[in-house]
Order: sequence, then structure tokens, then C-alpha cells
Amino acid sequence: MSVRNPEPVQVVKQRRDAALARMVEAVPYARFLGVTFERKGDELTCRLAYDEKLIGNPALPALHGGAIGSFLEIAAIMELAWAQVWDRMESGGPAAEAIERGEFPPLPKTIDFTVDYLRTGLPRDGYARARVNRMGRRYASVHVEAWQDNRARLFAQATGHFLMPNGAL
Amino acid sequence: MSAEAAPPDKTEAARRFLRVLPLCCALGMEVVEAGDGWVLTSLDYDPRFVGDPATGVLHGGVVTALLDTSGGASVLLHPAGSVSTATIDLRIDYLRPAEPGQRLFARAECYRMTRTVAFVRAHAWTRSPEDVVATMAGAFTVERPA
Repeated sequence: MSVRNPEPVQVVKQRRDAALARMVEAVPYARFLGVTFERKGDELTCRLAYDEKLIGNPALPALHGGAIGSFLEIAAIMELAWAQVWDRMESGGPAAEAIERGEFPPLPKTIDFTVDYLRTGLPRDGYARARVNRMGRRYASVHVEAWQDNRARLFAQATGHFLMPNGAL
Repeated sequence: MSAEAAPPDKTEAARRFLRVLPLCCALGMEVVEAGDGWVLTSLDYDPRFVGDPATGVLHGGVVTALLDTSGGASVLLHPAGSVSTATIDLRIDYLRPAEPGQRLFARAECYRMTRTVAFVRAHAWTRSPEDVVATMAGAFTVERPA
């Protein structure tokens, strides 16, 4: 049995983080809102950095429902896109080389998105994690949970359906 | 566009409401016209709001922000008089992509208000209100003056 020399961990990490950064930076609206991603293995945590422009109720103050909805939709789309990028990177060969060159698969398109506003969005950072409940050849169903200070106290959740890039509307 | 008469004071009230909301200012949302329980808003295309760099189409979240804002405004413009509101939930259906470069419009109507809940429907379009980009159905809180 032959044992392949594994790549140094730093090389693997750097490649994955670079691919994630390129994927996110390509989306202007994510940059505009101040949405970034942190990665542990293939798991992503999405972060919405607090900024005054995200406020929708200055009297409370509270985050705008539109900012929260946008944050969750970005988290859902990126989770799906990342799953595809990850598979290509890990498979090696031409698919991995394309990712290396910055050639990403087309982004999924939102069919519908339902947001459940559970608590007031406080004027501070928010976090979100998306779970792909089903990814078929054409359609995907994704659930997103978002919290601020306390992971167990969600301030919003959402479910969305997406058209995968290889499917035609 | 709308059959209802639009009293200028309602349009002015809606403009005052949007002007103080930082997200609405950051996205450049404007009130075109408003009446009892309804509002017509718009938002200019901006490359910073693009969701898919390959197509230049606005991010769905931008459409959500415009529809949610319009929904909340329609609740506050309802004659039953809610002094404040928050979104309970909303569902958005994306019927087609908004063409890059086109101004986005939205019309929201609060069609039913109970003592505690306001029900809203809204839709968004670019060139023609008949050619809908997205629809929204939402529930909003109602806060009565004490």
C-alpha cells in the first residue's frame, strides 16, 4: 500500500481560504453590506459587521428587516456556491485547476425566500449559518439561522429554494 | 398606476418616514407616491448592489429591502393608525431577474389590519408594473398608541 505525501496543512488552508475570499469578494452587494465568511473545514459562518447604515428603526435602534433578509440570502447562496467550489477543489484535476484560476461555477438563482423575524436585530454584529437540506440536480432547499450574542437565541431564520446553475428556469 | 387618489400629505409622510431610515438612504430608496395604506417606491440600479457579477443582476436582498421597506410604510400609512411596525415574516417569490441598469419600483398595500397584525402584499418591477420581477407577502406588527 502506497502512502501519498500529504500536502502541508498551511498550503491546503491557504488554497481554501483564497478560493472562499475570491468567491465572496466577487459579489458587490456582500461587500456593500459588510458580509464576510469564516471557514472551519467546509463549514462556513457568515458575519454581518455592524454599521450604522444597516439600521431600519433609529428609535430603538434596530437593524432593518431588509438588511437582515439580505444577510440571510447572501448566507444561503454562498453556502450553495461554496459546496460546489469545495467539491471541485477536493476532486483535484481540471475542475480544481479552474477554481485555482478564479473560474467559479455560476451562482444559484433564488426562486423564493421566506424570512422569519424572531427578535429585534440589535445594533451589533450578527452571525448566520446555512444548512443545505436538499441539493438536487436542478433545485436546492436551504435553511439559514442567524444570531447575535447568543447562538441559542436566534434573531432570524429563513428558508429558500434555489435554482442550481445547471438547471434551466 | 394606482386608481386611488394620492393626497400629497400621505406622500410627504412616507418620504419623511424613509428619510430617517439609514438603510433606505444607503440604498437610495425614494417614495414616488403614497396614499391610505399603500405606497409606491423606487431604487436606482447601482453596481454596488449587484448579486451576480456574471450577469450584473441586482442581489435578491436589494429587492427584499425595497419590498420590506414598502411593506412597513404601507402599514404606517394605513388609516387605522399604527404608530410603529416591525416585520413578523415575509416571503418573496423571484419571478424573473431585474435587468441590469434598470430602476426598480415597488408597490405595497396593507390590505388587512387587525388590532395586532397587518397583512401586506407587494410587488416589484422595472419597466412595466405588468412585468413583475418579484412578489412579497408579509405580516407586520401593529403598535397602537397607548
